[in-house]
Amino acid sequence: MSKVPIHFTLNGSEMSEFVEGGATLLSALRDKIGDLSPKGGCHQGTCGACSVIIDGELRLSCLTLAETCNGVDIKTTSGLAKNGVLHPLQRAFADAFATQCGFCTPGMMMASKVLLDHNPNPTREEVVEAISGNICRCTGYEPIIQAVLIAVRANTVNVA
Amino acid sequence: MELRKSYFADERKEDLHEVGQPRPRSDALGHVTGSTTFFADRNIPGLLHLKMVRSPHHHARILSVDTSEAVKHPGVVRIVTATDVPHNIYTILTLIQIGPEDEPVLATGKVRWKGEAIVAVLAETERAAQEAAAKVHIDYEVLPAVFSIEEALKPGAPLVNEYHPGNYYHYDSGECRKVRYGDVAEGFRQADHVLEQTYSSSPIEHAATETTGCIVVPERNERFTCYTNTQAMFFTLDNTSIILQMPGHKLHFVGGTVGGGFGGKVDVIVEPIAILSAKLTGRPVSFIYSRHEEMQVSSTRAAEKVVIKDGVMKDGRIVARQVSCYTDAGAYSRHSPYGAQKGAGHFPGPYTIPNVWADCYCVYTNRTPSSAMRGFGVTIADFALEVQMDKLARLIGMDPLEFRFVNAYRDGDIKAHRQATEGAALIEVMQEASRAANWPVADKFYAMSSYKKEP
Repeated sequence: MSKVPIHFTLNGSEMSEFVEGGATLLSALRDKIGDLSPKGGCHQGTCGACSVIIDGELRLSCLTLAETCNGVDIKTTSGLAKNGVLHPLQRAFADAFATQCGFCTPGMMMASKVLLDHNPNPTREEVVEAISGNICRCTGYEPIIQAVLIAVRANTVNVA
Repeated sequence: MELRKSYFADERKEDLHEVGQPRPRSDALGHVTGSTTFFADRNIPGLLHLKMVRSPHHHARILSVDTSEAVKHPGVVRIVTATDVPHNIYTILTLIQIGPEDEPVLATGKVRWKGEAIVAVLAETERAAQEAAAKVHIDYEVLPAVFSIEEALKPGAPLVNEYHPGNYYHYDSGECRKVRYGDVAEGFRQADHVLEQTYSSSPIEHAATETTGCIVVPERNERFTCYTNTQAMFFTLDNTSIILQMPGHKLHFVGGTVGGGFGGKVDVIVEPIAILSAKLTGRPVSFIYSRHEEMQVSSTRAAEKVVIKDGVMKDGRIVARQVSCYTDAGAYSRHSPYGAQKGAGHFPGPYTIPNVWADCYCVYTNRTPSSAMRGFGVTIADFALEVQMDKLARLIGMDPLEFRFVNAYRDGDIKAHRQATEGAALIEVMQEASRAANWPVADKFYAMSSYKKEP
């Protein structure tokens, strides 16, 4: 299959790449660009480990064709910390034991980031809804829900 | 929650700096920044992809294997079959003297479960490997299969695995692991009530978010570096050494970060064939289960059947417990003979019962091989035992928690395995659980202690 040129922004940096027709964004990010933070857990859109943010919306990179990503803005977990300073979500996940094996964590980060970007003061139910497309097999979810709510409170304090 | 240390005061020092203190996880910052390196988080030039041709039948004779079309498929580099594997029949626990070797790395002659690996296809891309695998033609003669413990143990049942006549594991103790303590028949005669119940469970898949896999790189010094997510590094290294007849110093295993295991990654499945493939091609090889393979092919928790017969007195004392436990190993042993044995070590549960009889069988069927999973051998046993305890309490009209206080083992009690109980703490745990769950019991139970009798 012929290769397709695409240009996009990844965590604020301009990227240009030739991708195979039919290749997923997940494989383009991991195998071509070398951003290994999105994980391939199922390659069929059910586990959420590959979640990234495209133009402000949560997307599954394993079901997104790379060739459709021309001109978009992509954010991944590897770009969440700024100049070595952790995002409040990262701080909260680390402090509140919301990670165990860590495989779902980058996807959980993306799902909760999109939630907080759209809704800075979510309820517990809204947090549950926001991470409902992301499977975690270690924690039982409760520490993750608590970590997002801790990050919400940290954000509120920062704003005030 | 309050930490009660008084019970173990004579065993514990109070000058510990780490135990009992909250400490951050050493890997948390890697996880939240997406920089933790899992085995697949590396880009290796020239990587070949391995796809497995698997049996579509539960039980069948392999009449012929034709790879001539597959090998011509564009991108295919090599096809690997059973004849390429130096020591093709293995069993994981041979390292701790539990035999016989009963499972092929790649099937030859017969397949014994649906999904059994037969032919490995190596290609330049995952897609080419997948397409070529579909071009491997295998002729089968389908054989009758057994799918349950009951069918497997019937006289004249189809033989699942030639290494296990009668479709059960032959322990040095005979057809099962046995516990014999006191006289259960006499116990049942004395009992006010006898209750026999059967409990069954289905196989359970661990479903870790990261699927089983490894990436192997042949090094210039004739060693092989294997990046793997195994939970059992040295089991895997030593079994690979046996299967490939390759000295251990040729094998460099790199692991440590596992994207969820729960016992699902302790079997030695992907590494030997991937290392062999790297050796045969001289190229790096990736063998990573698809989600479908992880769910359908990887080992499960065993299905179990537990039959419990108890004799109980009106005052709550259990005077006899007879258990027959059956572990469905599937077609091959893996860790199941050990799991069934753990059950024998666990019955009759944490209770002091004067007459105990337990028979624990490891049974072979034409199902996906089962193996380790979180407390295997004990978890389902405990489910059955504790449901049985609730039923017994109801039968004699006693509160289920008080019923457990009456039977709880305490320090100094002789267990069915003829060991004196030490450090039980069960009474204390139940007292705390009673308070935490707001499930009050009679005052005399709060006055109890695991330190049973004064000398």
